[in-house]
Amino acid sequence: MTGDADGRLAARHDDRPKRPALVVRLLQANWLKPFLFLAMLVVLWDVTIRVFNIPPYQIPAPKDVILTLAREWPEMLAQAVPTTVATIEGFLLAAAFGIPMAMLIAGSRTIEAYVYPLLVFSQSIPKIAIAPLFVVWFGFGALPKVLSAFLLGFFPVVVSAVQGFKSVEPDMVDLAKAMEANRYQVFRMIALPHAMPAIFAGLKVSITLAVVGAVVGEFVGSNSGIGFLLQRSIGTFELPTMFAALVILSLIGVILFWILDVIERLSIPWHASQRQDLVIGS
Amino acid sequence: MAEQTMVAENARRAVIEIDGVAKTYKTADGEVPSLRALDITIRDDEFFVIVGPSGCGKSTLLKMIAGLLPPSEGEIRIGGRTVTRPHGGVGIVFQSALLLPWRRVLANVMMPVEVKGLPRAEYEQRARELIRMVGLEGFEQKYPWQLSGGMQQRAAICRALVHNPQIVLMDEPFGALDAMTRERMNVELQRIQAETHKTILLITHSIPEAVFLGDRVLVMTERPGSIAAIYDVPLPRPRTLDAMGNPAFIELTRKIRRHFDSPAAESAAAAHL
Ligand SMILES: Nc1ncnc2c1ncn2[C@@H]1O[C@H](COP(=O)(O)OP(=O)(O)OP(=O)(O)O)[C@@H](O)[C@H]1O
Ligand SMILES: [Mg+2]
Repeated sequence: MTGDADGRLAARHDDRPKRPALVVRLLQANWLKPFLFLAMLVVLWDVTIRVFNIPPYQIPAPKDVILTLAREWPEMLAQAVPTTVATIEGFLLAAAFGIPMAMLIAGSRTIEAYVYPLLVFSQSIPKIAIAPLFVVWFGFGALPKVLSAFLLGFFPVVVSAVQGFKSVEPDMVDLAKAMEANRYQVFRMIALPHAMPAIFAGLKVSITLAVVGAVVGEFVGSNSGIGFLLQRSIGTFELPTMFAALVILSLIGVILFWILDVIERLSIPWHASQRQDLVIGS
Repeated sequence: MAEQTMVAENARRAVIEIDGVAKTYKTADGEVPSLRALDITIRDDEFFVIVGPSGCGKSTLLKMIAGLLPPSEGEIRIGGRTVTRPHGGVGIVFQSALLLPWRRVLANVMMPVEVKGLPRAEYEQRARELIRMVGLEGFEQKYPWQLSGGMQQRAAICRALVHNPQIVLMDEPFGALDAMTRERMNVELQRIQAETHKTILLITHSIPEAVFLGDRVLVMTERPGSIAAIYDVPLPRPRTLDAMGNPAFIELTRKIRRHFDSPAAESAAAAHL
């Protein structure tokens, strides 16, 4: 009976002007697309393992990873805390030093000439090679991984922010100067807001790199955190645990990135990349 | 003392004195002579209009008067004082609207008030009135990119007037407007000038606009610019748009247009007239 009623309902809906079915609409939802793609990748992973007969000590099956995740979830979350904290601390340091550094470099040709080439040069030093040094200097505490996160996150902030500050239109500066604005006012009303989109672009790169930095720090000298977990599971060939740790790590990166994205939307609603939402919102 | 007799003669004080001012830009590829030595005196309460072919140095001159660009030669004085940096009593409309994309229309218009630290409430009232006058009512809380080019330019005009400057410099303020809005804005600008006795320097590519608005019209030559002629406009004020049919109006526009009839200037002028 109910089937019949449903059928009639559906028939009545049919002559409405093309309203896509729920499934189709879900498929078109933007937030869902990466998850669909992820699901496809997991299926591909599973199929590959079966087709090529890859033994679980080389690549574990997705099912095992998921089971491990479920079983060790509290432990994983507990280990995620120190990694996340180190990432955020390193990132905040990178922003706190990187943005003023960019202001100095963009504001003074002398400082730019002295500092910028060295800064670029320093990027060619593999920071992973320096990380053990931090352990030698600062021991096995939180400091080495915070510093390592800071080192990886610093450069992208500086480069983007310098580009942002330097691309200010001279005409806009003239506009402010014609109103007798002082240097500070020109900076606050023109240069800083103009540089904000570039700064945020740099911060987004920086936060993902800061996660890498924190994990590298944990690799070389730590007894807690996702990096430590990774290291330990490789040592004991617990590949499902290792893959599960990788999943947690990506989650940390994605969530931090997403938080930054929300902050960006709130703080520069005028910017081109946010306009779509703004139009819908108003 | 000689100056005092001059003042008596003109009945109006010289406000902007341009004394042998020339400009040559020094760039990486060499020197670009942009303006030949000019002598111009703009008087108090005067509506002074400059027309000239593209690239003859009009914007350059305006920036020098605004104190944003040093002259290569000569001296500019505003109210008797040599201009070395921007002057507080001046409002400027640049050739492009230059609204700040991170400020909404009202905040853009209020920018000079903020920079100068003037009382906010009082001037916001004024800003809203100006916005209404230029026909942007209802757009106060929109971002510049939500406005058309002509609307942005009108907002920029409000911004130049909001702090009630005694001198207003305008670089083709109506260039992005349609003919009808442009005529309405011309009438408005004439009214503002009549009511507030501001000294206005206007740069335009439109000869009818120059004659309609100006007390005097300066015609400039090709680059590097110099003075081709200065005409007094003999039309009484207030002028209505019907004045454009007046024989004196037609005669003067024809006279000015003849300056641009030389083959070299023709192409440059044709693009804008
Ligand atoms: N910053 C600059 N550096 C070098 N040369 C410049 C600079 N600005 C302008 N010029 C040169 O000076 C000349 C005059 O420029 P200006 O902008 O004053 O012309 P304009 O009369 O305002 O022209 P338009 O009517 O097209 O706006 C131009 O030929 C230009 O090449
Ligand atoms: Mg110009």
